[in-house]
Formats: sequence, structure tokens, C-alpha cells
Amino acid sequence: MNKNRIYPTYFVFGALLLYVVLFVLPSVVGLGYSFTDWSVYSQEIHFIGLKNFATVFSADYNYLRMLENTFVFTLVTTLAKNVIGLALAVLLTRKVKLLNFHRAVMYLPCVLSALIVGMIFKSVLNPKIGMLNTFLRGVGLDFLASNWLTDSKIAFRSVMAVDIWKGMGYIMTILIAGIMSIPQTYYEAASIDGGNTWQCFRHITLPLLAPTLTVTTVLNVIYGLKVFDTVYSLTNGGPGFATEVLYTGVYKEFGLGRYAVGTTLSTIMTLVMLIVGYFMIKHMVKGDGQEI
Amino acid sequence: MKRRKLFSTIGINILAWALSIVLLAPLLLILFNSFKTGKAAAEMNLALPASLEWSNFAVVIEKGKLGTTFLNSMLYSVCSVLLCTLLCTMASYVLSRNRRRLHNFLYLFLVLGIAMPINFIPLMKVMQITNLMNTRIGIILLYTATQTPFNVFLIHSFVSKISPEIDEAAVIDGASPFGLFFRIVMPLMKPVLVTVMVLTFLNTWNEFVMPLYFLGSTNKWPMTLAVYNFFGMYFKDWNLVCADIVLTSLPVIVVYLLGQKYIVSGMTAGAVKG
Repeated sequence: MNKNRIYPTYFVFGALLLYVVLFVLPSVVGLGYSFTDWSVYSQEIHFIGLKNFATVFSADYNYLRMLENTFVFTLVTTLAKNVIGLALAVLLTRKVKLLNFHRAVMYLPCVLSALIVGMIFKSVLNPKIGMLNTFLRGVGLDFLASNWLTDSKIAFRSVMAVDIWKGMGYIMTILIAGIMSIPQTYYEAASIDGGNTWQCFRHITLPLLAPTLTVTTVLNVIYGLKVFDTVYSLTNGGPGFATEVLYTGVYKEFGLGRYAVGTTLSTIMTLVMLIVGYFMIKHMVKGDGQEI
Repeated sequence: MKRRKLFSTIGINILAWALSIVLLAPLLLILFNSFKTGKAAAEMNLALPASLEWSNFAVVIEKGKLGTTFLNSMLYSVCSVLLCTLLCTMASYVLSRNRRRLHNFLYLFLVLGIAMPINFIPLMKVMQITNLMNTRIGIILLYTATQTPFNVFLIHSFVSKISPEIDEAAVIDGASPFGLFFRIVMPLMKPVLVTVMVLTFLNTWNEFVMPLYFLGSTNKWPMTLAVYNFFGMYFKDWNLVCADIVLTSLPVIVVYLLGQKYIVSGMTAGAVKG
């Protein structure tokens, strides 16, 4: 049969056109703009070489701080979501009453808008009357009650904690599916050999879950590097630059009309993401009959 | 031995409840506060509302212009769902069935978008040139474009599980490419299409960054952006803010409860190779 006649290539064109024009093209054009002095005030645009990159990587500005925060955010949330997600997945694949209720509750924050979650936690973390500080004072832990979002020393940790609260259910859900796909016979054999719960986890669950954990790690890294919503709604980068990440920085540059610098920041992230994306694709298409 | 087992059973149940409470408490706080009077809500505690102030909802619908923004959100979500599902299904179907070099390249090119970030500032330039800036159709096309990579990935792996022998039989019976796709293959893709539709709806409803950059006029704002704006103006009236949050989240929670099975299957697809 003539495959090209039955499966015509023009079926791809609609999706491809939108994707190229509204997704790929801006990144490519952006690479070009990052070598210029483009701003909201410029009548014409001049080529200025690597000056924007020099600005971003210079110690005189706050851009390095944004990049550092973005990487710290990615590292911490990826680790925490994987560890907590794994613990939740192990817990909720055991004989727990109302299992589906618990699973549904853990996943619930993932379907809420990050903007909404941010607003909810602005209430919960309110220093005077917020639920968290009220609770801490109620159980006699007054010294722990803090200005969660306005103290520059702890604001970033609070933002990461909220993000972990929101995202751990997602990782848990993926890992539950991973654990369920491990054949029960392995555990039966282990229990005949006298293996205890920890040994079963360490020598059966963990190694067989490794591919799934790779995927959750890649997903978390992709999400973490691109984070904007949660930070924007909780602190908008403040106090000062304490919680500023790359994409809140881009938005501020956009607001200030410094288009070229904002574009340069995005371009740097695009280059980082190309590396992450390469590993992602390599893993995802494995066993799918595709060659890379 | 038996006793130890009993303790561990009780232990894990208590632990599961403790964790569920950590996740539920902030959400219940919002729900309870949305029914309280302004004074009671200002205390921001988990006490049950003394009386049900349904009027809070009427007030936010009027003051927060929730009527218009609800219709905007619905328009953006429904149109993106329909357009994205149609275009992605057609593309993934052909890319999955016809695997020449070009098609393999196009598939990887599309899927790479899952990782790629959006470069918002040059995108603004593209939107201006194409006259899509500050238009409803522009936002719908943007949501379609940005959700294409993941949807193509989901559908592509599903199509490869449908036997191509069905196609051959249909072609021998004289089906055209369109007939084959719309009448034979698409009905077989129902499970993955539902997943794609549910996920696209949730993502579009929850998103607010695109309107933040590309929709200047407030009468085109979706609910998420409107609720944030409302929060900025009425941040002292927690009962109203909470009522607004509840109304904005209600559609996604309803869709989540109805489509939980499909969401989970979509989220775990590709991550776990069975």
C-alpha cells in the first residue's frame, strides 16, 4: 500500500504551522534579538554583540542571583518531590483504608491553578493571623512562627515548600503506577526467603522503579527551570530579589521595556533546556520504534 | 507478631490521614471562609461558618465581573480543547503510521517542545506582526500551540497500539484518507482523546501567563487573572476573596472528579512503560 497516499503528510501541517510560528519561531528570533539593544524605546535596533550576555553574567546586576535561585529551586523541589512522592506512593500502595480517597486528596492540589494556590498560601502564611502561625502558637511552638513570605532569609524556602506541597501528588501518582507495574511474584519470592519490608523496598521496589524515577526527575527539572506561576503569585520575586527566578525576571524586564535583556535570559534558558530536552526525548522514545 | 501487624496497620492509616489533612486543611479553610461574614473570615481559622453567607458569591460575581470572565475562560478552554485535539490527533496519527525519515524527524521536533521554554518577548513581536496581540483568537491559538507537544506525544503512543490492519481493510473497501481517519480510526482513539481533552481543558483554565503578557484589555481576561486582580483590590475582605477562589476553582474540581481516571492515565502515560 502507498503509505503517503493513505496517511498524507498534510495532516501534520495544521499543528506544525501553529507550533512553528508561535513556539519555535520566537525562540529562534529571540536568539537573534539577544545580540541587539532592542527596547521599548528604540526606534531602530542595533547589533551590540555579546553585551547582553556580559550584563547577565556580570556581578554588578541581580541576574546571576536569578539564575542561582532558579537552579536551587529546581534542585531542591526535584529532590523533595521525588523523596516525598516516593514515600507517599509506597504508603498508598499498602493496605490503607479509603485508599482512593487519600490518593485523590493528594493529587487535588495539582489540578488547581498555581495562581490560586499562591493566593491560598498568602492567607495560610500570613504572619499575624495565618493558619500556620496560629497553629504553631497553639501548640506552644511560638518561636517557630515567622514572617514566612516577607523575611528575606526564609521567603525562598517558603516558596519552595508551597511548590512541593502542590506538586508532590503528581509525582506520587506516577510512582504509584510504577509500583503497581512491578510483578507481585517478586515480593512473594522475597517473603519466602524471609525478606523484611525494608529489604523488599531496597532490593525490589527501588531498582525496578529506577526508570520511572528518571522520568519524574526529568519532568521536575523541566518544570523547575521554567517556574513562574507559584513565585509570581506568592512573592513576585520579593522581598528584594530574595525569591527572584529567571521567569519572574523576564516578566519584569518585559514590564520595564528592556526587551533585549529579557530575551537574553530566555535564550540562556532555551540553551539549557535543549540539553535537558535531548535526554528527555532519548528516554521517552525508547521502545517506541523511533530512532534518534 | 499479630499484635505488631495490627499496630502497623493502625500506624499507616493514621499517617495517611495526617498527610491528607495537611493537603486538605488549606483548601477547607478557603471553602469555609467563603461562607463566612467579613468579620469572621478575617480571623482566618478553620472554624465552621456560623451561618451560610451565600450573598458573598453574589457580591463577587458582580464586583469581580465573574460573568464576563467565566465566559472568556469557557471560550478559551473549549476552543483550545477542540482545535488542539483535532490538529494534534491528525498530526500524531500520520506521524505514527507513516514513519519515514521526515516523519520521525517531525515527531521528535514536535515533542522537543515539552521541554522547551517559551520566549515571551519575541513572541510578543510575532503576535504583533500576525495581528494576534490582544485578541481572543490569538490566545486560543497560543494555547493550542503550547499544548501541542505533550498532546502529540500522548496520542502518538496510543495510535501505535491500534492495529494498522484495520486501516488496510478500510482502504480496500474504498475509504478516502479523510474517511479512514474520521470514521474508522478516530472512534478507536476515544480513550486517549478524552484524556487529551480533559488535560487541555484543565491546563487552559488554570493558565494565566499568556493573558498576562498578551491580553491588555480587562474585558478579555480569563477567570484566573480576574481573581488575582480582585485579590489585589479586596485583599482585606477574605470572605469575598475566598468566594472568588471557590468559584474559579469549581470548574476544574468538577472536571477532576469526573475525569480522574483519564487524568491519571494521561499523567502516567510514557512515564511507566508497562
